[in-house]
Amino acid sequence: MFEDMIKHPTVWLQGDGSEAEIVLSSRVRMARNISGLRYPPHAPREDREKVLEYATRAIEDEENKKLLRGRLVYMDDIDSLNRNFLVERHLVSPEFMQNLPSRGLFIGADERICIMVNEEDHLRIQAITSGLAAEESFDLANKVDDSLSKMLEFDFDADFGYLTSCPTNVGTGLRASVLIHLPGLVLTRDIDSVISRITKLGLAVRGFYGEGTDVSGNLFQVSNQTTLGRTEADIIDSIQQVTDQIIEYENAARERLFNDARMQIEDKIWRAYGILKNARVLSSEEVMNLLSAVRLGYGMGVLKNIELPLINELLLLSRSAHLQKLVGKDMDSEERDIARADLVREKLSGI
Amino acid sequence: MLCQDCNKNEATIHLTQIVDNEKVDLNLCKSCAEKRGFHNPFEKIPFPLAEFLTGMLRERGDKTGTQLQALKCPNCGFTFGDFSKSGRLGCGSCYTAFRTQLKDLLRKVHGSSEHHGKTPSTTVEELKPIRKERKLKEELRKAIEEENFEEAARLRDKLKEIFEECNG
Repeated sequence: MFEDMIKHPTVWLQGDGSEAEIVLSSRVRMARNISGLRYPPHAPREDREKVLEYATRAIEDEENKKLLRGRLVYMDDIDSLNRNFLVERHLVSPEFMQNLPSRGLFIGADERICIMVNEEDHLRIQAITSGLAAEESFDLANKVDDSLSKMLEFDFDADFGYLTSCPTNVGTGLRASVLIHLPGLVLTRDIDSVISRITKLGLAVRGFYGEGTDVSGNLFQVSNQTTLGRTEADIIDSIQQVTDQIIEYENAARERLFNDARMQIEDKIWRAYGILKNARVLSSEEVMNLLSAVRLGYGMGVLKNIELPLINELLLLSRSAHLQKLVGKDMDSEERDIARADLVREKLSGI
Repeated sequence: MLCQDCNKNEATIHLTQIVDNEKVDLNLCKSCAEKRGFHNPFEKIPFPLAEFLTGMLRERGDKTGTQLQALKCPNCGFTFGDFSKSGRLGCGSCYTAFRTQLKDLLRKVHGSSEHHGKTPSTTVEELKPIRKERKLKEELRKAIEEENFEEAARLRDKLKEIFEECNG
């Protein structure tokens, strides 16, 4: 299953688009519910089946197929390895993997559009673009929303807007987020103050801290917290603007590092590169951190021969489910660490 | 350091979340982190909704709190108590059944209880009079507040017009 997908890097990691060296991707998702049916977390089976039936009909409608080229799969048919694979590709949320019946997933041909059916809401429309392009992602999701709404009547209230299972999503139902790489701010230890400044603007920031002092992958996600009381354009605009600001902070931090501690930084980058090229055992956590340093090396012009799409590809292919699908067998964590090192060495061997 | 959830395994995942300007540190083992849905850093923004709602019920005291808890959606049978436990609503009609309470909640969560975004393309026509009426009512309220009675009279007439249009 999905063998065709593993051969191609997913579109949101192709490393192009605005500010792609710092912003990996811009994602938008819209929550929608079909009128008259109960909401998934508590809905009886018959309602969930109806949602799946209506959604399938709307997605496979001749007119809609022009926009929605791709495949529709039912989660009941998908084993846990392939579910993890979908999570790693950001096509579904981890919550979506829980074994609840009547869940469906539409995956667009280039993986830029996907629609989760019967997640927490009846429909979660998602669009994702490489680089800083929240507006582009929004336009795409918006088009999908419009075309689906020709066939489906969505729950909408004149005061509250689009109604959702959880009141934190009500109104626009819109969550926009950018995935951003901030090694400079982590190294200069400015990250906490930057995060606190962003949260004061009503946005949420989440980071993944790993073992020791290093942040795992130095990857952060910035997203809007509120969905009601503002227009969609406003929400998208504030994400764009705040991200621009963060990029400025990150570039300033890198400049400072380059001026004050050039040798230490270059050493860190080259060591990471050396380990990736030579290691025989690599944990997923270690790979994330090393790739982060290499990405910084690319951004600061220290590593000149490596390309961004390859760094991004490694970020995805080295995750557990991808690795196992690539090798073609289930592996325990020790076997995976060896296979991971093999993969990274092979991919970097031409450089 | 031991995992703060199971207190058995070594905590290998150290997570810092900053939501609403509050920093929360979590130290978890891998399996407990996965249980919390933390194997993917790219989804779900937590909001302590359930705690907020329980607080809301407690504030009202025993009697009104119990009454509130028993408030029931006629469409799906979900009660306000169910909602405060799960933080999720049962269906679209719950928003009508719990409208007053939700308005309060939405104002606290979003800083607003009024939608300003897009409307579904299919029902734009049906919604137009409703939106117009709401806007006029808001203007009327302001006019009265500012003791601009001439303007208030004009708005009141306009509202009457719309009302007659809709019912005639």
